[in-house]
Amino acid sequence: MGSGRLYAAVAAGGFRRYATYRAATLAGVFTNTVFGVILVYTYLALWDEKPHLGGYDQAQAVTYVWLGQCLYSTLAIQGGGAEKDLMDRIRTGEIAVDLYRPADLQLWWLASDLGRSLFQLLGRGVIPFAFGSLFFPMALPTDVTSWAALLVALLLAMVVSFGIRYLAALSAFWLLDGQGISQAVMILGIFCSGMVLPLNAFPGVFGDIVRALPWAAQLQMPADVLMGKTDPLAAYAFQAVWAVVLLAAGRLLQQAATRRVVVQGG
Amino acid sequence: MTGVVRGSRLGEGLRAYRLIAGMWIRSAMTYRASFVVTVCGNLAVTGLDFVGILLMFSQVDALGGWRLPEIAFLYGLSVTAFGIADLVLGSMDVLGSRIRDGSFDTLLVRPAPVLAQIGADHFAVRRLGRITQGTVVLIWALASVDVDWSAAKVLLVPLMVLSGAVIFCAVFVAGAAFQIFAQDAAEVQNAFTYGGTTLLQYPPTVFGKDFVRGVTFMFPIAFVNWVPACYVLGRPYPLDLPEWAAFAPPLVAAVCCGLAGLAWRAGLGSYRSTGS
Repeated sequence: MGSGRLYAAVAAGGFRRYATYRAATLAGVFTNTVFGVILVYTYLALWDEKPHLGGYDQAQAVTYVWLGQCLYSTLAIQGGGAEKDLMDRIRTGEIAVDLYRPADLQLWWLASDLGRSLFQLLGRGVIPFAFGSLFFPMALPTDVTSWAALLVALLLAMVVSFGIRYLAALSAFWLLDGQGISQAVMILGIFCSGMVLPLNAFPGVFGDIVRALPWAAQLQMPADVLMGKTDPLAAYAFQAVWAVVLLAAGRLLQQAATRRVVVQGG
Repeated sequence: MTGVVRGSRLGEGLRAYRLIAGMWIRSAMTYRASFVVTVCGNLAVTGLDFVGILLMFSQVDALGGWRLPEIAFLYGLSVTAFGIADLVLGSMDVLGSRIRDGSFDTLLVRPAPVLAQIGADHFAVRRLGRITQGTVVLIWALASVDVDWSAAKVLLVPLMVLSGAVIFCAVFVAGAAFQIFAQDAAEVQNAFTYGGTTLLQYPPTVFGKDFVRGVTFMFPIAFVNWVPACYVLGRPYPLDLPEWAAFAPPLVAAVCCGLAGLAWRAGLGSYRSTGS
């Protein structure tokens, strides 16, 4: 029970840390809103040309855009969450302090990242989404169950997102410089999460492949759960399988990595 | 007399810029493999937008009534112009963190223009990636658009890229001035820089009338490519602007520079050190 309290405290710390930067949060809200408006116009033109692309109507495409802006920093889709701090700590050697703590490394960072995600969702995500629903026609459910279903999908999406970035961060044990990996995280995150275009609208076999990758659990699944486009249980199963696989892989890599750590002292 | 002083001040600024940029280039070249990887990464990141457009066109034949080569023309112009501005002044978004950690004070006491110092700060050659990528798309677009080329149209293409680059430079400088007031809110700048270049990759017919009015008269990036490109492609202008508007970009760029210069002076004049 005591360890549960510990990780809750770590998560609260992650939440509070990001809550400190109020001006930066407001700036992020503004930027996400502007990008949302630009994307909405381009999507409306696209769906004008081809109605029901990817099984969405125009209102659903608009909803997808605003959910994407809402989750952009929540799920650190282009990176910039716990993995950035972790990479820095590995490079500078401060990771030795983390390993010395009587807490599990992976759970510690997961808790901290979940705290960050929760703040970004409330502080940065909700306002652009509300703005979108005020000024553009959106396909929002009116029943409580759909929204509750979305919350479950979001929690699972947060864990999958962390799982991907934790693997990326651990690579710094071997590569030391995380710049290249961070770039890869960014490219794959933006493209494979469906920030450029909903994964539903990707053509052919390419679309089938992208929709089976873990990034599909980040934005596409929550969007489809919210709009009733998929069976929530099937979506949860997809997300949960990827969450377990990624966390297990992270654990294995962590064991291999920590064996490499040599503390020089001093 | 003042003319001579002005001239030497500009020369001094350019010299400082060259020296600082050279230092950053040498430092980047020390890690050659990392440099190559980041250039490739930069190419890939900035190319994603175009992949998105290609994906859209795998489903449709036109967007807002514009076909792929025409949109590629807009894209190439927007990305190349923005890429040049990003290479020259793109590191200005580190200004906010310099103010926070107090290292901005160091720049103020050095005997070189602050704008040159902050512009060349963290000068990154990897940003050539964006310019390269934009130019490739632009060349492909020029080869595939169906245009009855005249001397004026041919001349307008390099003019658009240069004026566009200057307009985006002005946006970066104004953004830097804003950061002196706003500090932590540096991300607001991204809405205008990255948001601006993204928006110009799509035709004006896609956007709402009021939105187009805003980016024509208030935040005049429509002159980077929309208006002159409509002239080149023989399409109706957004907002029924007069015919000569296509040749206004250099004028708009000059006005933007003037306003950005005023904003920068005002920002610098009101700077208060955090004392850290």
